[in-house]
Amino acid sequence: MERVVEPAAKISPLRANSERIAFGVMVVALLIAPFVIYPLFLMQALCFALFACAFNLLIGYVGLLSFGHALYFGWASYICAHTAKVWGLSPELAILTGTATAAILGLIAGSLAIRRQGIYFAMITLALAQMMYFLALRMKFTGGEDGIQGVPRGMLFGFLDLHNVMTMYLVVLGIFLGGFLFIHRIINSPFGEVLKAIRENEPRAISLGYKTDRYKLVAFVLSATLAGLAGSTKAIVVQIASLTDVNWPMSGEVVLMTLVGGLGTIFGPVVGSFVILTMQYKLAFMGEWVLVIQGVIFVVCVLLFRRGILGELANFLRIKL
Amino acid sequence: MKRTMVIAALAALLACGTAQAQQINVKIGVLTDMASLYADDTGVGSVIAAKLAAEEFMKDHPNVKVEVVSADHQNKPDAAVGIANQWIDVDHVDMIADVPNSGVALAITQVAAQKNKVFVASGPASSDLTGPKCNGNMVHWTYDTWMLANGTGKAIVKTGGDTWFFLVSDYAFGHALARDTAAVVKANGGKVLGEVAHPINTSDFSSFLLQAQASKAKIIGLANAGGDTINAIKQGAEFGIVAGGQKFAGLLVFAPDVAALGLKTAQGLTFTETFYWDLNDGTRAWTKRWDKERNSPGKLPSMNMAGVYSGTLHYLKAVAALKSAADGKAVVAEMKKLPAEDSVYGKSTVRADGRVLHPAYLFEVKKPEESKYPGDLYHVRATIPADEAFRPLKDGGCPMVSG
Amino acid sequence: MFDIFGISSAALFGQLLIGLINGSFYALLSLGLAVIFGMLNIINFTHGAQYMLGAVAAYLLLNYSGLGYFPALIIAPVLVGIVGVIIERVFLQWIYKLDHLYGLLLTFGLALIIEGVGRNYLGSAGLPYTLPDALRGGQNLGFMFLPNYRAWVIFASLIVCFGTWFMIERTRLGAYLRAATENPTLVRAFGVNVPRMITLTYGFGVALAAFAGVMAAPIYNVSPNMGSELIIVVFAVVVIGGMGSILGAILTGFGLGIVEGLTKVFFPEASNTVIFVIMAIVLLVRPAGLFGRRA
Repeated sequence: MERVVEPAAKISPLRANSERIAFGVMVVALLIAPFVIYPLFLMQALCFALFACAFNLLIGYVGLLSFGHALYFGWASYICAHTAKVWGLSPELAILTGTATAAILGLIAGSLAIRRQGIYFAMITLALAQMMYFLALRMKFTGGEDGIQGVPRGMLFGFLDLHNVMTMYLVVLGIFLGGFLFIHRIINSPFGEVLKAIRENEPRAISLGYKTDRYKLVAFVLSATLAGLAGSTKAIVVQIASLTDVNWPMSGEVVLMTLVGGLGTIFGPVVGSFVILTMQYKLAFMGEWVLVIQGVIFVVCVLLFRRGILGELANFLRIKL
Repeated sequence: MKRTMVIAALAALLACGTAQAQQINVKIGVLTDMASLYADDTGVGSVIAAKLAAEEFMKDHPNVKVEVVSADHQNKPDAAVGIANQWIDVDHVDMIADVPNSGVALAITQVAAQKNKVFVASGPASSDLTGPKCNGNMVHWTYDTWMLANGTGKAIVKTGGDTWFFLVSDYAFGHALARDTAAVVKANGGKVLGEVAHPINTSDFSSFLLQAQASKAKIIGLANAGGDTINAIKQGAEFGIVAGGQKFAGLLVFAPDVAALGLKTAQGLTFTETFYWDLNDGTRAWTKRWDKERNSPGKLPSMNMAGVYSGTLHYLKAVAALKSAADGKAVVAEMKKLPAEDSVYGKSTVRADGRVLHPAYLFEVKKPEESKYPGDLYHVRATIPADEAFRPLKDGGCPMVSG
Repeated sequence: MFDIFGISSAALFGQLLIGLINGSFYALLSLGLAVIFGMLNIINFTHGAQYMLGAVAAYLLLNYSGLGYFPALIIAPVLVGIVGVIIERVFLQWIYKLDHLYGLLLTFGLALIIEGVGRNYLGSAGLPYTLPDALRGGQNLGFMFLPNYRAWVIFASLIVCFGTWFMIERTRLGAYLRAATENPTLVRAFGVNVPRMITLTYGFGVALAAFAGVMAAPIYNVSPNMGSELIIVVFAVVVIGGMGSILGAILTGFGLGIVEGLTKVFFPEASNTVIFVIMAIVLLVRPAGLFGRRA
């Protein structure tokens, strides 16, 4: 009699632990990197990587596309910059304040947007983001199109001097890894399983008794909070908070980073943000062609590499990334 | 015997030559807007201007080696600061040039001060750069909002345009420009009848133009820039603004904007600039060189690009005098000591607060029938001498000066 | 005349009329988007770039073949429509079965490419294009001066909008199109060439955008960036009207133009943002938009 079901293939321990190995590689690479690559660039890339990971939590694991994620990134950046510069808060308090602001904004926006699905959810997030952009434009404390400049780096916890490049870098790396591990924990928890169930088939999840709206809202707030963490850290690193951070092209960029890196893979957004940022820096001399190249990447990714760089790689190697 | 002497003489000359020819290496980074609204006023044209200055200088000073790099800051302060820092720390760039967009320029001037390099600003308009935000590492070429407000405002009021209505771009730059011009108008006996603020990047001005028409002001001041100015004027033609007896005053207009409007629509528009390609033989000759490099028919150099050329040339002069580009503050101090002169801006002086003084001109756009050849766009209506064109030193509020 | 909220009624009526005129632009543009989304289920973010191509085509026709405004009104949409057909065949046909997100991203990427290339060859300041002589001047209506061109804009938009609506909702061809959207397999079984219909529909939607572009050329600055400034607003109009509804797009376009006009009188700085406020409110109250069919 023929076997109807193939016996489960023996998975090599390398494959099974792919995520752990990848994480190790990433940490080692990031520890060596500042000696080879310009640290300020690396720090910016890490902030965007965290932002992209936060965005990916929503789109990759819950299936919710947010068009207005710059709202949390940018406003956290403004609040952090303002409290550090004008109120004189030490950097860790400023970052916390910024992150908390993002969480509150996420709660408000999320509770409004969650009521709708698909493209309508996306459009509500966009509408809210544009309204907050308008607010940022008109409020005095944001400095309008000049932004908040000269944000002090300060002394972390009162004794770590963030003007020292290596200290700042390690702090940023710590924040990034913390956020990354937090996201990993969320995804691989029972809560995360419910989120994935919602992404796959929401009506079925509801019929199983899960209050999906509550789950979606929590995921939304978490995503917004982490985006805020990224924004606040960026404000301290680059020492500027500007309108660029709250405008819709910024929301578009984070979508691009996640798409290029790989939607629904945990390392994808990191790779994606590094790739896009490198491109922007290295090709800065090409001026107007950068946008054309970004467009080409969008088109090629959608048509041919829908899973993104890491997604395709993971699919090819049949591992989980 | 004679041959030995000749060889000895040659050897002596060579020795002297090598002793004097210390190689001075300078790297200049042109940080500009290549893709969005300032791209035609700065962008690639500015990079070419810097390269022209570098080539010219190297020809006359063979011991100086100048390298020009460039980047697009995309109007993002973050990206600009990142690029500037990387340029200075990793690529050993000594001077950053251009930087249109005042917000970005304010960030770059801080970077220049922090890292003790030089910032030769030609692109941004904010007069704060030589005011409260001044520092010893930057010089501000070409123009600023005070010059625009005073040049255009005073001249127009004096010729009878004494009632004004403002169309203001709703952000800090637009409001500052409107406020400065309003002050000038009132100080010269004119009246401001009203204003309306519009969001930046507005395509349709009909509603605002209606309000301007209803005010019956003789002059409609456009405190905006780029596409907004072009749209306002273009639609003004539709609504018969000029035919109805009102005139537009462009507070920030560049030659490419006039080209975009076409003479039929833009005729009669009055504004202040510091450079026009057809102004004199010097500017014409330079434009020919610029055009050859630009290789794009129909494009005209703007005053910002000319400022990049002029500023770069003067910077290199200072570096050559000091024999090193390492100490930004020292170079800027030298730039303030030496008089500047070139074929494009003529004679200029760099003031203590970083402001560069050169004459400004009141231009009026020609009627189509008055234009004899492509690019023949302006009448020169008045020349404002250098010491009147810019804000007096004591009024700026620059901490270095009032101290 | 009497005063309302401190603004004279004359000024108010003037602004309302202006709002109606702007609304006709929004209606034209959102019509194309609604047709494409309704029939193809693709969110065509390239619409802004295609609008720009229409205006640029009008400029090129004038400068290189001496063809003025009125011939351009017909030729430019046809040319850009052909470009649309090519885009559909080369790029879009592969992604119909995927999530909306991919269509959006693909068309967004195409928009970036078209605008970037345009900027490279045409600069970003703008290209001169003036009013056709036949439509110069205007009428003094007492409460405002109405340019003839603006009156023409309302007139032409109304004809094109309702002509399109009529064709899709009331003719047999339109019926085939609507049937093909709902059940392509069945319609194919009846012998109708569905893929070709889809291609031509996309081309038609694109041609509508280009038509709006030619209409815009004499009064708005013709630059490669002109589309990206409008696209977000047009998007919002389509969403508010209901993404599958042709009539919804038209009526919302006009309606929103009027609302924007009123905002310009009372709170002009917010005139770009008021559309988003309305969109958020509408979506929260009526999930599928004002006239939408799909929830």
